[in-house]
Amino acid sequence: MSDLVETTQSSAPPRDHGATQEAPLARTLLIGLVVTFLFAFLVLPLALVFSQALNRGAGAYWSALADPDTLSAMRLTLLVAAIALPLNLVFGLVASWAIARFDFVGKSLLVALIDLPFSVSPVVSGIVFVLLFGAKGLLGPFLAAHGIAIIFAVPGIVLATLFVTFPFVAREVIPLMEQQGRADEEAALTLGATPLKLFVTVTLPNIRWGLLYGVLLCNARAMGEFGAVSVVSGHIIGGTNTLPLQIQILYEGNEGAAAFAVASLLAMLALVTLAAQTVLAWRQIGALARGASH
Amino acid sequence: MTVPPSARRYLVAPGALPGFGLSLGYTLAYLGLIVLLPLGALVARASALGPAGIVAVALDPRVAAALRISFGLSLCAAAVNVLFGMLTAWVLTRYQFPGRRLLDAAVDLPFALPTAVAGLALSALYAPNGWIGARLETLGIKVAFTPLGIGVALLFIGLPFVVRTLQPVLVELDREIEEASATLGATRLQTLRRVVFPPLVPALLTGFGLAFARGVGEYGSVIFIAGNIPYFSEIAPLLVVQKLEENDYAGATAIASVMLAISLLVLIALSLLQSASHRRLGHV
Repeated sequence: MSDLVETTQSSAPPRDHGATQEAPLARTLLIGLVVTFLFAFLVLPLALVFSQALNRGAGAYWSALADPDTLSAMRLTLLVAAIALPLNLVFGLVASWAIARFDFVGKSLLVALIDLPFSVSPVVSGIVFVLLFGAKGLLGPFLAAHGIAIIFAVPGIVLATLFVTFPFVAREVIPLMEQQGRADEEAALTLGATPLKLFVTVTLPNIRWGLLYGVLLCNARAMGEFGAVSVVSGHIIGGTNTLPLQIQILYEGNEGAAAFAVASLLAMLALVTLAAQTVLAWRQIGALARGASH
Repeated sequence: MTVPPSARRYLVAPGALPGFGLSLGYTLAYLGLIVLLPLGALVARASALGPAGIVAVALDPRVAAALRISFGLSLCAAAVNVLFGMLTAWVLTRYQFPGRRLLDAAVDLPFALPTAVAGLALSALYAPNGWIGARLETLGIKVAFTPLGIGVALLFIGLPFVVRTLQPVLVELDREIEEASATLGATRLQTLRRVVFPPLVPALLTGFGLAFARGVGEYGSVIFIAGNIPYFSEIAPLLVVQKLEENDYAGATAIASVMLAISLLVLIALSLLQSASHRRLGHV
């Protein structure tokens, strides 16, 4: 966002902000304070993760990651993301089409409800599924009678992940589609495009960067979710353990170095997400500079 | 968003594009299945307990202590975040210096970093033998495994909420008003206090509310650093998990519904605030 200032300033003739700036000394002090604060607060924890993970050398690092329980947690994390991501991606696209392309009563309520999972505590996001499907839950007796396991099993983890990552794609795509308007699509329709062709050749290219951004955020959260998954998982090692839960188990088992090795994987995921996010943001600013409104 | 006058008679404004029924139907069905049905289960359980049952659980000394710790520390952390977030947003939008773009991207780190990783890193950083903890220990300050540690974790996860709500407002702030203020003889501090600060207040309050709501519900990053000592550094979400593990569904439901109600109230307050400030500033 702050890069916006830079682009507008560089395109405008140089202006003297002397009257609207702090004294140079105050400015230097403020910059120093904020840089120190962000460094100690954001950069240091991240650096610590990698330093602790590699503390005992690359060999120890690799053997910590090659531990069978950790490998199984890795597989489950990938599996859950592979299920949750496409489902919420399809939902995000369909919901954006309904909300950004049509006017109907109750639209703002619908948008608020889609955002709801963001304001719910991760622990609450987990407990709602236990209350529904747990042994003493509303549907518990029915599920037990039919031998279906949801809580303390993979389906519960998928459901909790679907819940916490529910809004990500929709909330990135809806504003983008609203901002672009319906004119392009209506023109394609007039020219005889089928609904599918319309969506693939007109809508999708227009929203691709926002869509990618939403998918990235959704993926980061799906792989990193701790609280909600912790509540429904039952922590069965080698069975219902995801990577974030494995960190806790290793940490509590006093295997600090191994915990940091697993944490470094998720930290790398976060770094890749951040880098992609930054590149996409710059791209969007480029598009803004080319004349589209925000 | 606005319905054209001619369409007021319809629940749906007529349009040329296909797929309205299908897309809305799918949206409602999926929303109902994944979000509303599960939340409904919580509401059903909570209403079966009744207000008296919920209050009885919330007044249990250990639960009350945990709620006090969660709400009190979230308020403190959100307040500190408003201060530091404001400084950060200001420096990142107004000043040029090497590494600014990198730091700007780093502000999103607490959003992107899984909470378990954040908790693990912060607890090691602030532990008595940690990089920062050891230095604070010589000053007699203990952070990890005390309420102060919870505060540090909540500061970490709350910071981007304040910075990211404030930045767009700072970018759009009209510099000519500041010039006018300077021309009329105001000192820079007077301009900052009387001209720059007031339009930032709604964004600051929004950032405060978002950071607070997130803090109250935060679990992953806190439990690693808190030490989780009952009556001292035990947070409400942890108590929900414990009650659930003890098969005390009623107790877990009661605490969860108190937390859910508070975060919904904050959400409603924020949207009211936003529409009020939009009206005042003449937007929308």
